[in-house]
This record gives sequence, structure tokens and C-alpha cells, in this order.
Amino acid sequence: MTPDDAGSALALADAVRRGERSARSVAEAALGAIAAREPELHAFLHVAADGARADADAVDEKVRAGEDPGPLAGVPVALKDNLCTRGIPTTCASRILEGWRPPYDATVVTRLRDAGAVVVGKTNLDEFAMGSSTENSCMGPTRHPMDPSRVPGGSSGGSAAAVGAGLVPLGLGSDTGGSVRQPAALCGVVGMKPTYGMVSRYGLVAFASSLDQIGPFARSVGDAALLFEVIAGHDPKDSTSLDLPVPAAVRSLEVGVEGLRVGVCEELVADTAPDVSRRVREAAEDLARAGALVEEVSVPEMRLGLSAYYLIAPAEASSNLARYDGVRYGLRVDALDVAQMNTATRTAGFGPEVKRRIMLGTYALSAGYYDAYYGKAQRVRTLLIRAFDLAYERFDVLIGATAPTTAFAIGERVADPLTMYLSDVCTIPSNLSGHPAMSVPFGAGDDGLPVGVQVLAPALCEERLFQVAAALERSAAARARPGHGEGRR
Amino acid sequence: MSEPPSLGRDDVAHVAGLARLSLSEEELDMFTGQLARVIDHARDVSSLDVHDVPPTAHPLPVRNVLRTDDPCPGLDRDEVLAAAPDVEDGRFKVPRIVGEAP
Amino acid sequence: MSAAGAGADGTSGSAVSAAGAGADRADRAEWETVVGLEVHCELETQTKLFCGCKNAFGDEPNTNVCPVCLGLPGSLPVLNAFAVELAMRIGEALHCEVRPSSFHRKNYFYPDMPKDYQISQYDEPINVGGWLELPDGSRVGIERAHLEEDTGKTTHQGETGRIHAADYALVDYNRAGVPLVEIVSRPDIRSSAQARLYVTELRAVLVATGASDGRMEEGSLRVDANVSVRRVGAVAFGTRCEVKNLNSLRSLGRAIDHEVARQVALVEATGTVVQETRHWDENAGRTVPLRSKEEAFDYRYFPEPDLVPLAPGSDWRARAARAVGLLPSARRERLAGLLGGAPTPQQVDQVHVVVAQGLDDLVVAAVAQGAPAGVALVRAANELAADLGAALVLDPGIFGRVAVMEAQGELTATQAKAVLAELLAAGGGDPAAIAAEKGFEALSEGSLAAVVQGVVEAHPEEWSRYSAGEDKLAGFFTGQVMRATGGKADGKAVAAELQRLRR
Repeated sequence: MTPDDAGSALALADAVRRGERSARSVAEAALGAIAAREPELHAFLHVAADGARADADAVDEKVRAGEDPGPLAGVPVALKDNLCTRGIPTTCASRILEGWRPPYDATVVTRLRDAGAVVVGKTNLDEFAMGSSTENSCMGPTRHPMDPSRVPGGSSGGSAAAVGAGLVPLGLGSDTGGSVRQPAALCGVVGMKPTYGMVSRYGLVAFASSLDQIGPFARSVGDAALLFEVIAGHDPKDSTSLDLPVPAAVRSLEVGVEGLRVGVCEELVADTAPDVSRRVREAAEDLARAGALVEEVSVPEMRLGLSAYYLIAPAEASSNLARYDGVRYGLRVDALDVAQMNTATRTAGFGPEVKRRIMLGTYALSAGYYDAYYGKAQRVRTLLIRAFDLAYERFDVLIGATAPTTAFAIGERVADPLTMYLSDVCTIPSNLSGHPAMSVPFGAGDDGLPVGVQVLAPALCEERLFQVAAALERSAAARARPGHGEGRR
Repeated sequence: MSEPPSLGRDDVAHVAGLARLSLSEEELDMFTGQLARVIDHARDVSSLDVHDVPPTAHPLPVRNVLRTDDPCPGLDRDEVLAAAPDVEDGRFKVPRIVGEAP
Repeated sequence: MSAAGAGADGTSGSAVSAAGAGADRADRAEWETVVGLEVHCELETQTKLFCGCKNAFGDEPNTNVCPVCLGLPGSLPVLNAFAVELAMRIGEALHCEVRPSSFHRKNYFYPDMPKDYQISQYDEPINVGGWLELPDGSRVGIERAHLEEDTGKTTHQGETGRIHAADYALVDYNRAGVPLVEIVSRPDIRSSAQARLYVTELRAVLVATGASDGRMEEGSLRVDANVSVRRVGAVAFGTRCEVKNLNSLRSLGRAIDHEVARQVALVEATGTVVQETRHWDENAGRTVPLRSKEEAFDYRYFPEPDLVPLAPGSDWRARAARAVGLLPSARRERLAGLLGGAPTPQQVDQVHVVVAQGLDDLVVAAVAQGAPAGVALVRAANELAADLGAALVLDPGIFGRVAVMEAQGELTATQAKAVLAELLAAGGGDPAAIAAEKGFEALSEGSLAAVVQGVVEAHPEEWSRYSAGEDKLAGFFTGQVMRATGGKADGKAVAAELQRLRR
């Protein structure tokens, strides 16, 4: 798919702004597509049909009045259900938040609305974004848009599936350890994690605060760039938001990669399935053909990422999720005293994966263990950042796989948490370093399911990221053309 | 550098209590096994000697993010209380509290 | 909560009940009291520490709340610059090192805490080291003075209104997120009297910096005491107990005295004190162990990832230092200096009262406009201090005129008090007009002499006894003169006239 496709966000917004299509008709088409596919996919936890129609009508009204409805005029967007939406249920796929309607909008939601986007609904996720398959949802799993027996990845599996199935052109997810990039790779769409602090976290229900970033899903790099530019930028409500100009993502798409130094990161290739690593090598070849200087590089500290992540993220989560205590909102299970009520509520309200991580994090922070676990993981984080800095002295970007395998079968990894955690091994390092990274669809695996190639860039170098991602998208399209012989089966 | 101990059943029971979760005996066994595997895997990190490396708490070196002391409107009380499981007299109602705040 | 207490707050149920009688029998001279105080000071900001909600006392419950201070999912804290400024002023006033700092989360469940963690400063507090000099010349070391957020307010509901008997509780989050500075003293305090002096002086310092309104009764200042005892001459500290719920100076003094007696009795009977947190029961006049939850406290402090480190530049630190007003010790010196000579013990007390109540600026201004310092000091320490709210807005010129009238004999002391009361009640006015309205025209010396003469002549028997040396009859004659003049006579002048006539 290219940005010129009629279904692209760019084309839709253009058509709506020019008055060639009404935002209402675009919204109805999306709602219709959702209604048709939803019984099988289960990508959505809540479809905001009335709200979407109202949003669309407001855009059409602006067009009629000659006002600028914004760069995403009338474009339907699906939001991961851990983004707060005023008056619209926000559950994080957890029983503990069932029925909660936030009294405020997340900053990204406000920005989307200001840009003319139409929020069509809230998508499924692993409970509180903890998981890699969307199976940890209290509302049941989302299914892969190309094979309903497989997972769409996670934790933002609902948004990835909705975009992958063509129900909406754009989606938002959150990426704490790969939760945008990994499902994007598995569903064959573009998914990006911005530099930590580039997109406001205000209104994103926190999982691990020092790792969480909101990122776009799109069917093309160009649409991802468009959405990224809308949601990025300083927000005074988020102390960790960067007060810097928004990178010119869209303008970077046509720059090309000539002379760019690309490191193929051994650690992001070595432990991946052969059909996945083959695609990464093809991507590297294509970049070299396009004029990039491609070399292999090893960043051994990346191998420590998984362990550091599974100490830091649960530790922060154990604290972030303490507030679900049955006092102010959400579920309450009554008991004789307040402590017992807290316990009864949390025991009934959280699923097993959330409990696992809360206990793991509590352990990593507890007296006597802090230094050995949480403290040490924070120091390893420093080591990893230093290793990245060193690599970026020699390379402008790094590439590798996004996920070790293509989409796996539902139920395959639920019994063993550690195996599930390994699904994030390629994406975690960028969260620990705070650097931006993006997954671009690049052909298919032996099973015919999509493979994603990951591009990693230094902090604040989103423009470079989009530059390389766009080049990869062009070469993937070239490989898919009839006669190339290497396309998707 | 001393090896951190592996995680046992008592540890899981202890942290479950701290986190206000109650576990059945069966769950306690299951979680102990699962969490011990993760903690054992984390030995590559927990057994490293990194005492001379400073910790990273924030991915980017930003400082002094402040707001001015200007009031801005909060939430409507009725809307706030409507989300609560139980209320009385404009306040959140909870079962009796045993023990004081530490 | 101090970082020092982080690992040592585990409580134990095996407390021996207080044995005050035993302690009284013990030779108290053998024992030394050791006290360290933790004072929580609510900062006088417009808004809360991490959100723009109003920092106000006494509003309708849950009306000053937003997603941040309610701990709603997705909300994030942003630090109030003025709270930082006030914390730095406190640090400067207490001679602390004002340093780069950071915030941690202190994790524990309690319904008055919306996030079930408190954002506080832990191993990198904004102010460390320092001292406070007390009016008696002693110095108490300051360990640290750090920023943290306040909790909401819980009301226990039930038949008796007592915590353990309550059926349920109600929570108001208006106070949740209000900025606090916790000032932790070193264990340098050696008596309950010194503890009271410390809090009184600290309160005055906090008011002087503009950080606090100093109202203990509204909870603006809250005090916890770490109390231990040791034998005189011992170097090692005894095991300490933390005593909470000290809501007034009176409670503070009583609680320390009680706790010391309890601990002395305990050590003498069993040899040890169990470290625990105790609650001061004002009605019962004793400390009781807090019935603790089953679980031990493990606060799992870790760096608050939603906030970035704080490193105020030298410019800002200098501005904060300049913004610290005259401190109480300097104010006392300034006021005493106006008396033009060594102050009497009574005047020393008056100086303390006037400065502690924040009335010294008024007195200094009145003196600058010609009021006599001695009279102004007495009236400020007594009449103005008794009606502080009105006194603090009284015009110094008006106050000064009353003092001048009294000094010049135009008003007696009694009349001056009455005029001041009227001025305070009305929020101002013309002292001369009020005096005239009340018929307070002063008696001339001649007419006073005439009145006294008349009274003497009317009571010849009493006069002969008085003349013979029965001094107590002076009161009788003064009373008669007062009755005759409708209270307008100056008591001192009457006494002088009686003396003159007797000679």
C-alpha cells in the first residue's frame, strides 16, 4: 500500500478537506467495516459509533464553513483502551476498571480531535498493556486479521489488528517493551515508538512510566508520519515531555538513504527464526543497493535488556497499579475493613499476568532486594545506553528484526510467561534507552504471515527513522511486485 | 559479588501481602514457579558487578520541569463521586479502617 | 516521613503499659530525655504541589480535586515552582545546604492516599544540615527539610467516633497533594520545655519565610516526636518511640513528659523499650501503641519516574535567600534595641510574645512614628496579642497615638486598654475621638490632687491609720478616688499623691 491509496489517511483527509468525501461517509464506512469483521477479530472493546458520527459531522460542518478541519480531517482512528477518553469507557481490558468513564481526555486524544480525526472506538489489549499477544485481556483475545487461529501480537493487538484488517487507516497504541512495534510486525503494518518524551503520556494509563510511549499504527510509513506529527510535541501536563520542535517526519520520507551508515545489529538477528532473519538481510541488501553504507555490528549489552526490563517495568507497574484499591473508581469487592476490601478488590479485579508482574515488581523493590534487582537493572540501563551511544558513533541507524517469529498460535505461549516475555527481546532495548524505533512490514515468513524489519535511531532522530523506513517500504513494495519472485505468498 | 537468592514460596506470599493480593495455595505454587524462572533468568543482570555504573532513572537528562503557582479549575464533584463505588456526604465511603497510616 | 525511619518503622505489639507512678518514684535525675522532632509544615501556596487545584483549608469536601490529586489513571504530576521556592526559603532560614534533589515514591496502602504511594524526597532532599537557635541560646540541629505531598483527610464514622470502634470512614481529598515541607531535627532536644521552645521558634521562622501561616490548630503545622531516654552520662541513645498526634504545644509537652516517664519505668522494670509508633491520647493523657496492620511496612522507595530531577540554579537560590524576611532572632534584637537600655525580664518576655505573634513590625512602625517603645511593647504583648486577627491589620500610626496618649498621662492604663479594644473591634478609628466619646478626658494634676484631698478628708479614721503606716489602706483610698473620678484617675498618680500627703 502506498500513501496514494484511496484508503490511506492522507488521501482520505485530502478528499474530506476538498469536500470530495464527507467525513460522515468515511466514518460510516469504517463503522460498517468494523461491524462486519468484529465478530471474528474482536479488535474493539468499545465502538463509539455515536461519538464518531458526531465528530465526523463536526468536521463536515467545518468544511462547509470554509474552516480548516485539520490534517487528519475525517480520518477514523482506533485508540488502544488505555488512553483516557472523556465519557467513553476506558478499561485497560481489566475487570478492575470495567465501566470506568474518565472525566478527561488524554493529550493525544485532544490533539487528534483538534486535527480533525474521528475516534471510532477503543481497542483490545493485554490487561494494562502487560503481554505480547493480547490474550491477557479480560474480554478475550483479539485474533490475527490474516489467520484467526493466531495472535495479533501485543499488547496493542487490537489497534494493530484493526489497522491490519483495514477497518481504520490509523490507530494508536502504547509501547513499553515493544507493544506497538511487535504487533505491527505480526499484523503487517507500520508501528512506531517515538523518543521517550516526544509524545505526551498525559492520559495514558501508566504501566511503566519511565518506558511508556504512545506510538502510531498505520498501513504506510507516510500515514504513520502524518499521525506522528499530530500527536508529538511538548505538553506542560507531562513533566517528562520534551520541549522541542516536532520532527519533520513527513518531509523526511523522500530523502533516501544514500550515504547513510546502517548497522545490522547482530543481537537483533541472531536469535530470530530463519525466515525472519532472512528478511532482515534482504532489507539490509536493499538499503545497500539504495546507496546506504551497510555493516554488521554487535551491541552485546542488548542481551541484558530482557532481564533489566523484567525488573524495571514490573517494579514501576507495582506502584502504578496500587491505586486500583476500590476506593475512588472502578471495581469494589466489599469486605469488613478497608485493607481486606483492597485485597478482595485487587484479587478479583486483576488477571494472572498483572498479578505476576505486580508481585515481581514488588519483590524487585522490597527491602533487601532493591540493590540486587531494581538498582542493578537501572545500572544495566546505563550500560545499555552507553553501548548504544558507542554504536551510534559509527552508525546513523541500526536495523534488525522486530519480533523473533511471525504471529504465533493462540494459546501457544500462555503457559510459560518467560517464553512469552522473549517475544519482546528485540524491541525492549529501545524502551530502556528511550530511543525511537519503528517496525516496517517487509515480506512474509515461511507461513505466509508478515515479517517486520525494525529500524532504530538515536534519541530525537525521528526524521532519520522515517527516512530509512520509507526506503524500506519502497523496497518491500518492489519485492512484492509480480515478477520479483520474493513477494508474499 | 554475592549471588542474589532465588525466589521461594514465602517470598511470593510476602509480596502478595504487600501488594494486597490474596493467593490460593494452588496459585501460590504456580506463581512461585513462574516468578522463580524469571528471577533466575535475571541472574545475568543481578549477578553483574556494576557498582561503579550510575543508575538511569530517566532515559533523557531533563531537569527542573516546573509549573507556576496558578490555580486552574478541577473536576466537578458530582462527576467525581459518580465514579466511586460508595459515597456519603460528598465524600468517598470506605469500610472501617484498622490501624493508622504509617 | 524521614528517610532515616524507612527501615525501622516496623511496630510490635508487645508494649508494656505505661507505668507513670513507677516513673515518678524513680530518681529522674539519673535519666536524660532525648527528643528529635519531625514537623510537617503545609506551604502557603495558591495551588497544590503537583496540580493546579486550590490549596485551601475548610472548603466543601472533594471540591478542590482534579485527575492528578485524585490519582486517576493516566494523570501525571507537575511540580509547583513556588512550593520549591518556599522550601528553599525554609532551607536558607534554617542554615541548611540547599541542594539538587529528586523525588521518590513511598509505597503503602491507605485510603487517604489517592495513588497509594506518596511522592516525597528520599535520599536526595532539597535541604540538608542546618540548625535553629532557640531564644534561650541553645541550638537544635536540623537533619533535613524536604518536600512531599500531603494526604487527604479521613473521618472515622461510628458510635463512639473512635478509630477502632468506627463502622466506616469517609474520605475527602481536598488536602491530598497539598505541599508539605517536613523538617526533621537531630535528636538534640533534652526536655519537653525545650521541645516546646523549638516548635514555637520554628513556627515563627516558618511564618517569617512566608512558607506557613503557622496555624497548628488547623493542621498547618503537625508535630511527631521521637522520644528516648538514656542514663545521664551515657553516649549511646536508647530505643526510641515515635509519638504521633501532637496537635498543640500543650500536647507536645505533655506527651513527651508522659513518654519519658513510661520509658524510664519500662527500662527500670524490664531493661528495654520496644521500638514502636505510639499515639498521643489527649483525653487520657497518655501514649498508646498504634494497633498496626498485620503486615510489616516496606515502603519500597524508588525514584518517581513521572518527575525529573530538581536542580535550582544559583540565581534562584539567591532570590529565595533574599526573600527570607527578618528571622525571629533578628526581630527580637531589633525590638529590644528600641527600648534604649537593657530590657527587664518582663520586657524580654514581652519581646518574645510580640515577635512570636508577628506583631513586631507594627510596634517598630509605631515607634518610628513617635510612640514610646516601652508602652507600645506592653500594649502589643497584652492587648494586641489577645486579638491577633484584628491587630495584624491595625494601622501602626493609630496604635502609636494610643501609646503616646498613655505615656503622656492623657489616658490611664485602663483607659488605653479600652480605647485599643474599641479600635481593634472597629478595625481602626481616631483614638482621641474614642477617648472623648467614652468621657476619658484626663484629669489634670491639680484636679486629681483636689479629689484626693476630698477623699482623705471624708475618711479621717482611715487616714490616720494609713498615716500611722498601715500601707494596705492605699488600696482603699485609690478605690475611693477611682469611684469619685469614674475611673479616669491614673492609679500611679493617685498613689504618688497619697504618698505626698502622708509625708
